[in-house]
This record gives sequence, structure tokens and C-alpha cells, in this order.
Amino acid sequence: MNNQYIPLSLLPIGKKAKVKALTSDGTMRRRMLDLGLISDTIVEALQKSPSGDPTAYQIRGAVIALRSEEASKIMIEAY
Amino acid sequence: MGLTSQSTGTGVLDSEFRIERSTPGDKVIALAGNPNVGKSTVFNSLTGLNQHTGNWPGKTVTNALGKYLHKDKNFYMIDIPGTYSLMATSAEEEVARDFVCFGKPDATVVVADATCLERNLNLVLQTLEITDRVVVCINLIDEAKRKKISIDYSALSKLLGVPVIPTVARSNKGLTELMDAVYEVANKSLITKPIKITYDKSIEHAIKMLQPRIWELVDGMINNRWVALKLLDGDPALLKSLEKYLGFNLLDDNKLLELLDSAKKHLANNGIQPDQLRDKIVSRLVHIAEDITTNTVTFDNKQYNCTDRKIDGILTSRIFGIPIMLGLLALVFWLTIEGANVPSGIIADFLFGIEAKLTELFMSAGSPEWLHGILVLGMYRTLAWVVSVMLPPMAIFFPLFTLLEDSGYLPRIAFNLDNFFKKACAHGKQALTMCMGFGCNAAGVIGCRIIDSPRERLIAILTNVFVPCNGRFPTLIAIGTIFIGGTVGGAFKSLSSTLVLTGIVLLGIFMTLLVSYTLSKTILKGLPSSFTLELPPYRRPQVGRIIIRSIFDRTLFVLGRAVAIAAPAGLVIWLMANIKVSDISLLTYSANFLDPFGKLLGMDGYIMMAFILGLPANEIVVPIIIMSYMASGSMLELEALEDLRNLLVSHGWTWLTGVCVMLFSLMHFPCGTTLWTIRKETQSMKWTLASFAIPTAAGIIICFIVANLIRLLGLV
Repeated sequence: MNNQYIPLSLLPIGKKAKVKALTSDGTMRRRMLDLGLISDTIVEALQKSPSGDPTAYQIRGAVIALRSEEASKIMIEAY
Repeated sequence: MGLTSQSTGTGVLDSEFRIERSTPGDKVIALAGNPNVGKSTVFNSLTGLNQHTGNWPGKTVTNALGKYLHKDKNFYMIDIPGTYSLMATSAEEEVARDFVCFGKPDATVVVADATCLERNLNLVLQTLEITDRVVVCINLIDEAKRKKISIDYSALSKLLGVPVIPTVARSNKGLTELMDAVYEVANKSLITKPIKITYDKSIEHAIKMLQPRIWELVDGMINNRWVALKLLDGDPALLKSLEKYLGFNLLDDNKLLELLDSAKKHLANNGIQPDQLRDKIVSRLVHIAEDITTNTVTFDNKQYNCTDRKIDGILTSRIFGIPIMLGLLALVFWLTIEGANVPSGIIADFLFGIEAKLTELFMSAGSPEWLHGILVLGMYRTLAWVVSVMLPPMAIFFPLFTLLEDSGYLPRIAFNLDNFFKKACAHGKQALTMCMGFGCNAAGVIGCRIIDSPRERLIAILTNVFVPCNGRFPTLIAIGTIFIGGTVGGAFKSLSSTLVLTGIVLLGIFMTLLVSYTLSKTILKGLPSSFTLELPPYRRPQVGRIIIRSIFDRTLFVLGRAVAIAAPAGLVIWLMANIKVSDISLLTYSANFLDPFGKLLGMDGYIMMAFILGLPANEIVVPIIIMSYMASGSMLELEALEDLRNLLVSHGWTWLTGVCVMLFSLMHFPCGTTLWTIRKETQSMKWTLASFAIPTAAGIIICFIVANLIRLLGLV
């Protein structure tokens, strides 16, 4: 894996990034793919929930909340 | 959350694929779509069936069936669960896919959200891979216009190769056109030419290797290209459904097995390992959706979601998120309590006036005393109580709650609370099934199907009853208002009732989390699984529609159920109170028997009896208490809520009794319908018993502690 990729969970609020790889497998991977999280998809971190987790992301026009566990398995590149 | 025919167990087509057409010319239409796209609104508007719309995934928890007549044909429409995909990662995606694949619908309508077309096209494309006979309904075009999103529908239709109909289902716009298109596609007077979705050369080659043999085996019963793709993908759940549908297992065929083996080798030789195939398939669909959107949708305002983000910035913010949530909850209760007082009195006056007239009538007709007793004092009086105590709060509470639901706020509650559920090792969507439980626990239990991990689903099912359903709200509101609030008196009366009620709900949520955590650490060990939660755009709720719908769907439905159960229960109570064995009535006898136990929990034997007799429906607990007190003691004319308070006080109630009744109402065995639903959903007697025992034990323990602690401290 390329070193310059960071997990989505580290993307600061208000920043955009490009999805580069999914490190999850099985059902979780399928679900991420269903969201349209394929290579080069642009995601934007919108805001955290009051208790800090999950975080809402803008993904292909929809707002999706992901827990940090899921977001940490999505590798991104700053955009 | 809605109490509909499906949530109460009369739903059709639970797991079966096919439905019966009453005449051969009748058409069967599947209604598919992502969650939150107004699919149920389309369904309701077309079929007129009272079927509730919701704002979260899996609102349509089981298939609902409706019927409409268009031109000369009957159309049976099946509202299948809202899903993002047909690749089946959850039970309801499976139901959706199975119906589209194997239900043999004459046409499938895919409802898509105009404000979020790209994401919705994924499902459209997946559907087009299975069947040619598709009509795409682009709903919510008014919202899209407001956000300055314009869509070229004819270009979209050309690209997809199927009819595309723009609609605003909630104001009935475009529905005639939709019905026309469905008519033509279902009757094959319009032959569609759906977009051909092609994959990498090597995948295409692998598909072609399998196709002829599949065609020989299934003989046109199902799209063989799609089956080939799914065989390569190797989805076990699909293979099972396929076997059920075909009546034989495709993979029992040795020739096909050999072909499959070499096709997979071919893929591997071209660098596509089994787990990469799915990625390739999905990526292809996403890219096509992206291309189509680029060519047909224009955003005139790049900041089209700006308002939603601003609202979210407040409603789910770190500082205000949770206080606003609690405030809204309290506001709903306050309006309900404050608003229900006066109409409750008026209705009671009216109904008890009729009772007096009825009594006169019976007297003048010279009917025997027992007949008057059974019919008037037993059945009618209980009915009158149920109606006057329950109707006003429900008529206020349900529209308010529906308002929150329709505006898109409920998924935000799940967003706000998710971290707590995660810490309880439970599924994030449990917050949604919990919200559904506020409407009806049976509906909440069915709603747990949106949770795909069996462990977490079971936790959600077992704890659903910890949120008070609409059958218990009237009890809580009545006791809270006439009792707890009443002891404060004056201007703070409704305010204190509101606080008590909010506290009870918070306790219910706390217990949900505590029990979920305990289960996760004991008999249902495990870690939370992955989940995603969509926060749909806020929508301006349609007030008129909400009032009508919440009154018909919920208020009258719940009231009807309560009345149907209250009447016979009133009769039973009257008989128990009047059949005497050696001068002690059966009611007194049973109540005396339960009394020591009731006292231990801060209540009494009659209250315990009421909870037991209230098993068929929680709505009748308070009326039963009233009936038994009136039957066993002085016959009071209950005209105002104040009289009810006096009645209760004269039977030894203190504020502590009120608190314990509320606590026990919050935490006791689920009603009959819910238990039956849990039995059906878990397929297990053991878990049904657990769902009975867990809340009951919690209620007994907590009431015992509270009652005895307060007594010990000498606070009563």
C-alpha cells in the first residue's frame, strides 16, 4: 500500500479527498461499494455527531454517516 | 413506525415470491427504490392503501400489496423493501432482489430521488440487469427544482432505454403518466431496449462460457446472463433463492460445474481473483451511473445542499444536538398533555351523558339488572374510558411525531445516539428500530430486519419493548397528568408532567442501552458490526397530509384495536367483579392474591391484575384499573380527570404508586401482538420467552427498589 494514503477517519471536517482503496472485506466491503466508494470517488467530511462518532460524509450526492471503524478502512488521498 | 396491516401481522407475501392474480389479465407490478425516495408515497398515491411512509432505510419492512385500476386492467402493486442495491447484504435486500428476480412481475417500477440521482441509478442499473420491463420514476422533482437541479428526462430515458417519468408523488403530479408507462410496459405494447451493461473482456468471456448451458437448464425462466454473472460471483444466499425458485440446484449439474470451474480459471488467468470480481462489477455500475448523470443532470447551484448542512450544523452539533433532541421530545409531550386536557373532559362528559341515557333506557325497558351491568357498566363504560382517555392525546401526539418523522429528523436522532449504541456493542440502526417502537413495538420488532447481523438483530428485538409504544403513551400521559402533575398543581402542572414523561422515555432509552450492553457481554457476546446510515435531505412536511394520515393510520387504528379489546375486557372485568364465591368476587379474590406482590412493587393487586389482563393490548391497563376500582368500591360518576384522581387516591394511591405504575408500564412483558411477532421473527420459543422475561424482570427489580427505597426514606 502506498504510504501517502491515509484512512478516511483522519480526514478533517470540511476537507475533501479521493478514495484510493478499501481495506475491508466481506459484507463491509460490499456495503462500501454499494455506497459508490470505488477508486477516485470524491468524499467530503461534513461533520461529526455530538459525541464525536460517527462522522457524516458527502458521498456521490448523498450524506452518509460512517463509524470510525468503517472510515478507517477506507484509504484516501488528499484532494 | 406506522401501524399498518403489515405490522400487525396480516401482511401478504412474507417470503413467498408469487402472488395470485384474480383474473389472467391482471398485472403484477413490483415497486422498488432506494430508501427515503418517497416510494411509499408513490405506493399510497397509486393504490390508496393506508401504508405508511418513512424516512429511514427499511420502512417497508415486509412487502405490502395494493391494487389499482388503470384503463381496463387491474394492477397489483407490491411495495418491496427500499434498498440501495440488489446484491443482498441484508435480509430485506434479499427480499427485494428475490421479488424482482423470481416474483415474475409484469413490470418493475424503480423510484429514484431527483435530488440524488447518481446514487439512485445504481439500483436502476442493477434492476435492468435482471429484467427489461422497467419503468423509472424520478420522484421529488419539486425538491430538485428548489435545489436548482435540472434533469434531462428524455435523454435519461434514451440512455437507460426504458421509460423515465418525473413525479411529485405527494401532490399526485405525474402519476397518470407513470400509470400509462407501467400499463404499456406490463402489456408489452412498449418494448424496452435497456442499456447493455458490459464488463471487462475477460468477465464477458467468462459469462459467455456459462450462458448456453444455463439457458438449456433454466429455459428462459430467468435472465441467463444475469445468472451467469451471479454464479461467477458465487453469492450463497442467491443460490439458495435460485434453488427454491427453480426447484432444483443449478450446481447439481456437472456440466455447468465444469464450465463454471473453467470460467473462474479464465478470470484468474486474466488477473481477476474471486473477491475482485465483485469490485469490478460494482465499479462498472458506479461508472456508468456517473457517466449518465454527467450527461443528463445539471446543478445550477453548486451549493444545493447548503441549507441542509446548515440545519444539520445546528440539529446535530456538539453543543446543541442532544439538548435540542431532548427539547423536541419534551415539547411534543408538553403540547400533548396541555392540549389533551380539555377535549378529554368534553369527550368524557359526552360519553358518560350517553351512559346515563342508556341506563334510563334499560330501566324503562325493564331489562334485568345483570344485562344492564354487563352491557352498560361493563362494556360501555370501559369503552367510554378508553376513548376519552386515549383519543385526545393520540390525536395530538401522532401528528406531531409524524411531523418530526416526515421532516427527516429521525435519522438525525440515530446519528446523535449512535455512539451510545456502539458503546453498548449494538448496531447503529437499533436507534431507528427503537424509534419505530415509539409507534408500535411489533412494528419495531419487524423493523429489526434492517439489521443484518443476527446477534445485533436479536439484541434490538429483545430490547425494543423498552421504549413506550403508542399503546402505553396514553397510560403514561394519563397517570403523569392526573397524578404526578396533579400533585404539583397550578401553573407547573403540565410542565412537571412533561418532565416526568420525558424522564420516563429517557429511562427507557437508558434501559435499552444497558440491557443491550448486558446481552452483548453475556448471552449474545460479540462486537458491533459495520453499518452505514444515510442522512436524507430535510423535506418540508405536508401538514394536511400528515394530519389525515396520522389520524387514519394511527389514531383510529390504535383506538380501534383498543376498543375491540376493551369491550370484551370490560365484560370480563364486570363478570369477575360480580360473580361471587362465598361473598367474595372473583376480582377481589384474584386481586387479593396478587396484592402482597403488588404492594412489594409499590402497586396493588388490582394494578397487577390490570397488567396481566392487559396482555392483549397495553391500551386497556388504565381502564381496567378504573373498572376494577369502580366495581369493587363505591360507584363513582367519573366526569373529570380530577374525579379519576380522587378515585385512585381513595384506593390508596400515592405519587409513588403513580411512579411505579409508570415504571412498570415502561418495563413489563410485551403485548400479545409483539410477542407473537417476536416468535415469528426469531423463529424461536426460547428468545420469545427471553423477550417476555427480560423487561418483566427489569420492571420488577426497578419497581421493587424504587418503592422500598422511597418508603424506607419515609418520602411517602
